[in-house]
Amino acid sequence: MAYAAVKGGQEAIAEAEKLLHYYRVKGGSLPLSVQQIRDQMRLAVDKVMGEGSLYDPNLAALALKQTEGDTLEASFMIRAFRSTLERNHYSLPVNTGHMRVMRRISAAFKEVPGGQYLGPTRDYTKRLLDFTLEEESKEQIREFVARHLFETMERMNQEKKGKEENLLPDFPKVIDLLRREGLLEEPTQVQECSQDASGNLDDITRHSLQFPVSRAMRLQSLARGETGAMMALAYSSNRGYGNIHPTLGELRVGYVPVCIPHPYYPGETLTLGEVLVTEAEILARMEERKEKRRAKFTLGYGFCFGHNELKAIAMGTLDRAMVAENSQAPVEDEEFVLSHIDGIEASGFVAHWKLPHYVDFQAELNRVRSIQEREGKNEPL
Amino acid sequence: MNLYNYAFLDENTKREIRRALLKAVAIPGYQVPFGSRELPIARGWGTGGLQITLSLIGPTDILKVIDQGSDESVNACNLRDLIQQTTGVETTVDTCEATLVQTRHRIPEEKMIDGQLLVLQVPYPETLRWVEPSEQETRRMHGEKDYSKLCVFLYEDIVKWGEITLSHRYPVRVNGRYIMDPSPIPRYDVPKLHQAETMFLFGAGREKRIYAIPPYTDVIPLQFKDHSFHVEDFQGAACASCGSTETYLDEVFDRESGERRYYCSDTSFCAKRKRKEDGMQVHLGGRWNG
Repeated sequence: MAYAAVKGGQEAIAEAEKLLHYYRVKGGSLPLSVQQIRDQMRLAVDKVMGEGSLYDPNLAALALKQTEGDTLEASFMIRAFRSTLERNHYSLPVNTGHMRVMRRISAAFKEVPGGQYLGPTRDYTKRLLDFTLEEESKEQIREFVARHLFETMERMNQEKKGKEENLLPDFPKVIDLLRREGLLEEPTQVQECSQDASGNLDDITRHSLQFPVSRAMRLQSLARGETGAMMALAYSSNRGYGNIHPTLGELRVGYVPVCIPHPYYPGETLTLGEVLVTEAEILARMEERKEKRRAKFTLGYGFCFGHNELKAIAMGTLDRAMVAENSQAPVEDEEFVLSHIDGIEASGFVAHWKLPHYVDFQAELNRVRSIQEREGKNEPL
Repeated sequence: MNLYNYAFLDENTKREIRRALLKAVAIPGYQVPFGSRELPIARGWGTGGLQITLSLIGPTDILKVIDQGSDESVNACNLRDLIQQTTGVETTVDTCEATLVQTRHRIPEEKMIDGQLLVLQVPYPETLRWVEPSEQETRRMHGEKDYSKLCVFLYEDIVKWGEITLSHRYPVRVNGRYIMDPSPIPRYDVPKLHQAETMFLFGAGREKRIYAIPPYTDVIPLQFKDHSFHVEDFQGAACASCGSTETYLDEVFDRESGERRYYCSDTSFCAKRKRKEDGMQVHLGGRWNG
């Protein structure tokens, strides 16, 4: 019997894993350190933390190393690791108004209280390959960092002259300007209700989504969605399927503290550390309400781990698009959006077609042959 | 692997899944939502079945894992490995020896009996997905027992093609109430679900649903009076290895000659039957439905 069923079993898997390892290292270059990835592949690490929904730059960097830079696969690994951890606490709401900002812009107003801060952005750089990076040396890096820090300190000292107060400005929220004027539609109680019957916070890691979902669950799903998928859906709405013209009220990137209620002293809080986050507030005119109401803006909210502006903006756009009461476009349907943006679920299922489907296909063959036989193979239809 | 908990999942998660299972058993065919966890296996590759197995398996269980009927299929090996490494349980390929069988798209040829569990991996838990994409809407339809769309769908199939063309995932009515997707098992396996001695547990990890068919439950495939349900017909073809004409067969093409042959999809049964034909002492399990 020449035929050996297409199944290699145990041995094939073991060999495939060895090959995977081999392909990662066969170039013979120095091994990448996890620290190097964490520091120099900063944005990939942030993406993995966000989509993997676990804030741990070291583990994210490790996952990127192991998966040869595949952010989806790395996020998947992080997510799988995460589900072995018990849920011990829920952190307290964060006031992003007190964010330690590294970047903050508004596209709605030229000047905003606190000012606009470009921060580290590639937005206004020319996307030209920098060939000097091919030969970047330790000395160059050290020299640049020292000079940059020195110049920054100099400038800060100059600006500080004659001023007593703290140099770090406070950044009031741009949307609060609109809110004060009554130009912003406030979410209703029902939309904001984010607790189950027993008073626990709605938690997508503990309960499956059931539509319509609470806003907490919607935002949680979006916050760990896949950047590319969310970008594509948000783009569809920007382009015309949904007719949303968003204005970026504010985009900020920076650090916020994570606090939990103190486990022993009631009324007190415990700060666990801080996380880098990106926040986007999208404004668009409310036009999709069924009843006629006073003209207002509605807010779409985007928030994710790490520095990932595209995702935060896409999230804000989608959150805003989903308030439509009479959905016309795909992105206005929350079930459509939330069921398809999870990178771990989507990648797993799309890839699962690689699994054998002999049995199913045999059943399909059986049906198609049966129909053909009944209709007569050579009869014209 | 020692850093991980017994059976990978933490104990609270296992309890949560067992509670969902209890509910599923109490309401046969009803899809119970649960907070499906990510596993180190990709979504769509058996994570629903795996979560059920991991939350039920005890140290004295004997485990069998099959994919498309085969114990040797790479994904079956991978899942078995994970379960075995995190629990240390004994594994087998013999359906009769196993206390817990996890499967994808097949029910073993040998009848499973009281005390054995069959865990099925499910890609699409919602049988109404054939006719309705929205989950919110299908839950309403189940709640109101509104199955008219599905019946019309089957009727139109007959009008168009002369028969119901669903080949796998054939909709069944469970205990006279819920219509259920039996997972992508071929029609051939559907009658095995009816009044069985064993318990069937269905897990859809990505879609986050668990459902069940307890022992001795009526499971009837949807059919019309003048168009009754029938299973696949292999027109007398026999397994090229063991000679069986009473099993579900895979059609394969010889890699050298290109010649078409048939083999049992249940590889363990096939091997046992062959050993028996060769005169060896082998215990073959009973037949389902008879």
